[in-house]
Formats: sequence, C-alpha cells, structure tokens
Amino acid sequence: MNLLLLILIPLATALAVLLCRNRQQVRWVSFAGAAVQLGLGLALLFLFRKETLAGNTAQMLFQQTYNWFPSWGISFHLGVDGIAVAMILLTAFVVIAGVLVSWKVEKMTKEFYFLLILLSLGAYGFFISLDLFILFFFLEIAVIPKYLLIGIWGSGKKEYAANKLALMLMGGSALVLVGMLGVYFSIQDRTFDLLRLSEMKIPAVTQMICFPLLFVGFGVFTALFPFHTWVPDGHSSAPTAGSMFLAGISMKLGGFGCLRVATLLMPDAAKEYAPYIIVLASIAILYGAFATMMQKDLKYINAYSSISHCGFVLLGIGMLTKVAITGAVMQMVSHGLMTALFFAVIGMIYERTHTRQVNEMGGLMKAMPFITTVLFIVGLCSLGLPGLSGFVAEMTVFMGSWQNPGMFYRIATIVACMSIVVTAVYILRAVGQTAMGPIKDEFKNLTDATWNEKLAAGILLAGILAIGLAPFWLNDLIAPGAEVITNKLTGK
Amino acid sequence: MDTDFFILMKQELLVTFIIFLLLFIKIGRGLKNETLLPLIQLLLLLNFIAGFFFNKEGSLFGTTYTTTALMAFQKNILSLGTYLISLLCAGWLRKSAHLPEFFMLMLSALLGMFFMISSGNLLMFFLSLELSTIPIAALANFDLDKKRSSEAAMKMILSSAFSSGILLFGISLVYGATGTISFAELPAVLNGTHLQVMAFIFLFAAFAFKLSIVPFHLYTADVYEGSPIAVTSFLSVVSKGAIAFVFIAALYKVFQPMHAIWYNMIVLLSVVTMITGNLFALRQQNIKRFLAFSSIAQVGFILVGISSNSIQGQSAVVFFILVYVFSNLAAFAVAELISSQTGKESINDYKGLYKTNPFLSWILALALFSLAGIPPTAGFFGKLFLITAGASKAAYWFIIVAALNMMVSLYYYLKVVRAMFMDKNENPVEKIKIDTTVKLALIICGAGIVLLGLLSWVYDYISKLV
Repeated sequence: MNLLLLILIPLATALAVLLCRNRQQVRWVSFAGAAVQLGLGLALLFLFRKETLAGNTAQMLFQQTYNWFPSWGISFHLGVDGIAVAMILLTAFVVIAGVLVSWKVEKMTKEFYFLLILLSLGAYGFFISLDLFILFFFLEIAVIPKYLLIGIWGSGKKEYAANKLALMLMGGSALVLVGMLGVYFSIQDRTFDLLRLSEMKIPAVTQMICFPLLFVGFGVFTALFPFHTWVPDGHSSAPTAGSMFLAGISMKLGGFGCLRVATLLMPDAAKEYAPYIIVLASIAILYGAFATMMQKDLKYINAYSSISHCGFVLLGIGMLTKVAITGAVMQMVSHGLMTALFFAVIGMIYERTHTRQVNEMGGLMKAMPFITTVLFIVGLCSLGLPGLSGFVAEMTVFMGSWQNPGMFYRIATIVACMSIVVTAVYILRAVGQTAMGPIKDEFKNLTDATWNEKLAAGILLAGILAIGLAPFWLNDLIAPGAEVITNKLTGK
Repeated sequence: MDTDFFILMKQELLVTFIIFLLLFIKIGRGLKNETLLPLIQLLLLLNFIAGFFFNKEGSLFGTTYTTTALMAFQKNILSLGTYLISLLCAGWLRKSAHLPEFFMLMLSALLGMFFMISSGNLLMFFLSLELSTIPIAALANFDLDKKRSSEAAMKMILSSAFSSGILLFGISLVYGATGTISFAELPAVLNGTHLQVMAFIFLFAAFAFKLSIVPFHLYTADVYEGSPIAVTSFLSVVSKGAIAFVFIAALYKVFQPMHAIWYNMIVLLSVVTMITGNLFALRQQNIKRFLAFSSIAQVGFILVGISSNSIQGQSAVVFFILVYVFSNLAAFAVAELISSQTGKESINDYKGLYKTNPFLSWILALALFSLAGIPPTAGFFGKLFLITAGASKAAYWFIIVAALNMMVSLYYYLKVVRAMFMDKNENPVEKIKIDTTVKLALIICGAGIVLLGLLSWVYDYISKLV
C-alpha cells in the first residue's frame, strides 16, 4: 500500500475545504475526506495482516523512500509496523467522529475544518515517518492548529489555555530537537534515518544525555508528571472536536515517540532511567485519579482522568517487558477511543444543557436516553469493566509489570492498581449525578442525539467493543513491534 | 580590457545603468509616478532575472574584485529583496513626490552591497560598505515632514560613522600587523599575535554594528521605528543579508586561522543577542519596534549557524536569509499597508483584524510563523538547519539555549496572531484597499514562505554553490 496516500488525502481534503463556497459543502467535503481516511486505515490493517500472515517478518512494511535534503542525510522515509498501524487506525476513527460532532459549528466553519484536517495530517505523518527529521516536522505541524482551535473556538480561559499549550508543547519539542541532534552527531555517518540509527550502537555517554531529553520532550505531549499542567486547561477550553483530537490523537504522539525514538534507539539508557519513569508514571496515575475526584466540571473530570490513564502508557513503557509495552500501546489506542467518545458525549450534553457542572445536572436519562447510555458505557470503559477496551489494556499493562521481579516493580504495580478504585469512585459519581435522579424542569424538553452524533458515537463505540470483546487481533498487531524493542533491550 | 569585464561585473553594471537611467529621467522631462513606478518595477525584475544568466567566475583589477557563483546568487537574493520591496510598498511609493530619488538612493546602496560581496581586499570592502550605508541614512529621512524620520536618519548616520571609524582603525591595525590588506594573502600571515587579535576585534565590532548584534544594537529599534517602512524593510532584510554574507565569507575564508578565537566570541554574542532580542521583543507594542527586536533575535540564530565553521553552516545561513527575505518583507508589507491607510501601528490595533481583513491576517500569520520557525513554513527549515549546523560542535548547552529561545520567540509572535484572530475589538481596522501589484507581491511572499522549504531542491541548489 502506498503510505503517501495517508498524507495526500488529508492534504487534498484540506485544500478542497478552502475552495468550498458554503457551510454545507465544507461539512460534506470534510466528512468525505474523513471517510476515505477511515477506509484507508482499515485497508492498511487488512493488507498489513495479510502480509504478516504470509510470513513477512520485516521490521517495517510498505517502506518508501524519497530524496529530501540529502546533504543533511535526511530522506522522506515512510513505513509502518503493527504499532503504527494501530495508531493510524485510532487516528482515522477519532477524525471521522470529530468531523461528525462538529456538524453544528457556525463560527468560521471553513477555517475550523481546515485546521482540524491539518491536525490529522500531522498525526498521520508522524506515525508513518521513519526518519527523525520528518518525524519532528510532523510533530510540530500540529502545534499551531491546536493553538488556533482552542484560541478561536474554545470557551472559558481559552487564550490562556491556548498559549500555555502551545508554549509547553514547543518546549517539549525543543527538548526533542536537542536530543535528536545529539543522536545525529554521535555517530559517524550523518543520517536521520530511524532504521539505520537503530542498527548502530549509539555511544553510552550520548545515550545518558539524549535519552532524558527525548523522553521528557515527548513526555510533555503525553502528560508526563510534572509536565502535565497543559492538559486540564487545554482540554477543558478546547471545542469538542479539539478536545477529542487533543486527547485522542495528540497525546498519543508523545507515547509513540517515547517508544519509537527514545527507547528503540537508546536501550541502554532506557534500562538505566526506567525506575525514574516508573516513579513519575505512578505519581501521574495516582495524582491524576485523586485530582479528578475534586472536579465538578465534566470536561475537567475527563482531562484529569486522562493524566491518570496516560500514566499507564508511560508505566508500561517504563516496565520494558514485551507484554507491558504491548499493553502500553493498547492503552494508547483504548484511551484514545474512549476519551474521544467521552469528550464527544460531554459536548453533546453541554450543547443541550449549557452547563458542564455535574451538580447542576441530573436525571438526563429521561430526556436523552441515547446520549446518557453512551456516557454510561464510556464511563464503565474508563473504570476498566471487562468486555470493554479499558480493561484489556490496563490488564495487559499490569500483567507485563508483574513479570518484572523485584519489590520496586511490584509496589509500583500495586500503586497503579489502586487507582482503579479511585477511578470507579469518580466515574460512578459523575455519571450517576448526571444521568440519574429527578430531572430538572428546564431539562425536560431536551432532545436526544441527532443522526451525526449517533453515527460518531457508534463508530467510536464499535472500536471500543472490537478491542474489548476480541483483544487478540490488536495484540497480534502490536506484539511483534513491541518484541523488536525488547530484543534491542536484551541485546539480541 | 575585454568582454570579461562586462560579464563578470554585469550585475553591478546593470544596477548602475538603472541608476543613470533614473537620473536622466529626473533631469529630463520627468515622468508621472503612475508610469515611472511600473517601469522601475520592470527594470528591477529584469535585473533580478538577468542575474541568473551568463554567470562566470573570476577576478578583475588584480584581486580587488572577485566573483563566484555563490556571490552571484547572493546578489540575486538582494536583487529579489529590492524588487519585492518595490512591489510591496507601491502604495506608499506612488504618493511620494521624489520617487526617482528614492530608487536612485536605494539602488546606490544595493550597488555598494554588490561590490562589498565581491570585494577582494579591505580597502574595497570599506569603500563599498560606505556606499551601501550613506544612501540608506538619506533614505531613512524620506518622510520629510516627520520629525521621527529625521531623528532616525541622524541616529543612523552617527552610529554608522562611529562604526566606520572603528572599522578603519581595525583595518589600519591589520595592515600594521601583517603588511597586507588582500583577502587572498591574509590567511597565510595571520598567526594570532595579540596585535592581530586586537585588529580582528575592531573589525568584528564593525560587523556587529551593521548586523545589530547585542551590545551594538541600540540604534536599531529607533531607526526602524522612525524610517518609512519601505526603508526599514530594506535595512532589515537586504542590508542585513548583505552584511551577513560578507561576514561569513570573511570569517570562513580570511580569518579561518583565528577560528578558535572567533568561535567563542560568536557563541557568546549569539546567546546574548538571542536572549536580549527576545526579551525586548516581548514588551513591544509598536509593530515596527516589535519586528526590529525580533530581527535582532533572528541575527542571534544566524550566529548559531555561523558558529559551526562548516560548509553546511554557510549554506544554512544563505538559505535562512533567502527565507528571511520572504517572511520579513511580508510582515513589514502588512504593517505598511495598515499604517499608511489608517495610521495605526500598535499591536492592540490589530485586534479583530481577521474579521475585516482575512487575507492580510493570513499573510501576516504565515510570515510570523515562518519567523518563529513553525512547520510547514520555510522558516522551520531555515532555523532547524542553522541549529543543526551549530550543533555539530556538540555544545549541548548552546543548542538548548537556542532551542528554548525558539519557544520564547513563539510566545511573542503568537501575541500578534492572537490579537488578529482571537481578541475582540469594537472598532477594528477597516477594510484595507490592496492594489493588484501589492496583492501579487504578497501572494509571491506567501507562496515563497510555504514552498521554499518543502521543495528541497532550493536548498540543494544553494548547498551545491557553497
């Protein structure tokens, strides 16, 4: 399959959006583009499975290389492994849902969809690039659309949140840049090519300096404690689709980068720094969970719980076993789908009740049964109910963590497990207060979900259920990619 | 004298020809601005295009004048900048009562820069530097009825006289210490004695003045603010570009034996320049002053590239300046349009600009993103290559400072973007009328900002020339 399509389709969609004459055209063009993306994502999944079942064990499939700034050793090198396929699929799901829930955006519709699609372009490019330079290029492409989406279409303290997010993410990418250049100059041939770099032995001194730079740099994107502070502000101020993209796709760029760049290239330093990662991840998991308990605003609840959930991703990576890393990637996919759906539902509720405060709602089940049912399902997924994706992912992380002998790892695992209880408390309380109890008079005439909202929720729910009920396909997809990394760690 | 003279010096001769043509038009019957301006624009376009043909390397008058393919390309960048300025500032120029004089002065300065790039010894360098500076001081005074404009011209002429004095002193010390002023002979006799180091420091200070490197930057903001924007953009883009080209050639070719000494100076000044430029830019309200300080910070980034002392560093600097021509000119052009039609120059006046002028807002935003180094604009590639070149010495702290400065600069560039796109305003700037020429030039700038980086052959072309 030609991976370039994953960049060209969003680009063509974005340009087509600019040419549209009215709102209706903009919506349908974006929807068509997103649908093609989803089709491409699914096609990629099937073709990838076909290749692997046919016995193709290459580390990266569908590779393509084009010349780009050859004098710096940069090449436009594309390729995917199972991890990337999973992330691309996640992106395609979130994009189409995001386009659907934004159907009612009235203010500067054309610009809104243009930026939304640009954001997805950055994510696709990031996941398929096998060259550090273009990886960085796509990582940064997404910063400005996020800034504008929050600043123009957001609510609350939007300017502050937009600024904070743009600056913190830029700071993160500055660290990534320095780490990347350190790696680039540490070896004799000047190349940014990830596969060639991963075959070479990067000197230990460079590893010890560059690993923390890269890990923390990418960590900022995925809410690594203590660099998580942009998450609550950014997510709660963003428009619905913006929050979905931020939490569903953008935060995953960080986790993917930690794995693909930091851990794969510098396994020795990864082993050295793993305990610190585990400590920070455990703090994020617990701190996020307890901070969520105190929140009254639905969006803040989901934002803080995202910090906690993304902590599992970092915990899995820090544990450095094959199962734990597989679990971390599963958690990225699962959290992406779940949190996007959560934000979508919050958006739907807010659009009708004009409040996000939990204590001002109540009994919404009677007025909008579809929306509240979805809210229940997504809440249960968040607290890790078996049969839904959250359980599968978190369970895999715990199993992988437990494989590590030693008191330290056991304690970290138990601490992380404890957060599930806290999660149950805040999720049940929030969902219960919103949906159950007597309904207020002013909410009685509210309407239920429209077709586009139902379709968006249905698509994301399908993803959650597909992972929850049949986790093996995702596991088969991710595990070989995780194995490559653990093989590097054990020096095979 | 054979045809070599005409072919080697063709860029200079062409500019001289245009200057004399304008002179004859002026003292003859004169032309109306409506016909003269398109004529000048056409001539400048021809001048730019002609720069790509019949290029030949060689020297004239001994080694006093030398030219190479790279130098021809650098001159082309400057011609391009001048051509774009003539398009972008068409609105202001058309109203000017002294249009031929304006271009005579500007082209004289350009001629000086051409000779400066090609100069083969210190004397020629000094003469051409003066030729490129004094007309600009006269240009700075071109808003004849504005007090600030005269003040800017005065500051410009005083500070450049001062730096010329320092330069001359440095040249005399170089001659005293080595017995030669020829660039070709200097590297062989430079050995780092104290007198030579002192001479070098004086030369360096003169360059620092012209490039407005901190602590020699103090005149910059006042001159930029007071001058007409056409002149400000010429100063900040074309003039600075020319000096940077010569500076890098002098350091890499002539003062290469002393590179251990200048490396430390460049690193230190680069850090100070980036930080000072950024910190001052944070607090500016006037858009011209804001762009002035941001251009100081940009020079700090150019120094990062220069510090690498490698071919890649040089090509990164040339590429960066090419990109800088497009991005900075676009930013200044938008400021000029708004300032000349409404008189508003404060960033606060830009609030709500997107509502009334979406096209201008997008162009300005693109230009600012390019200056900040955000992909996919060409500024991203320019900055990244500078930093990558600078990182080749593996000084981590230096690169971290540079990378974090990119973050700080993003903050203030976003401030303008936020004003245009997000902030509400009761009475925003009304709809600005844009001429077709100006619009065309803005579109050229916008296209340049987006495409120069993505099309990697532009950079490959430059790196083959170096």
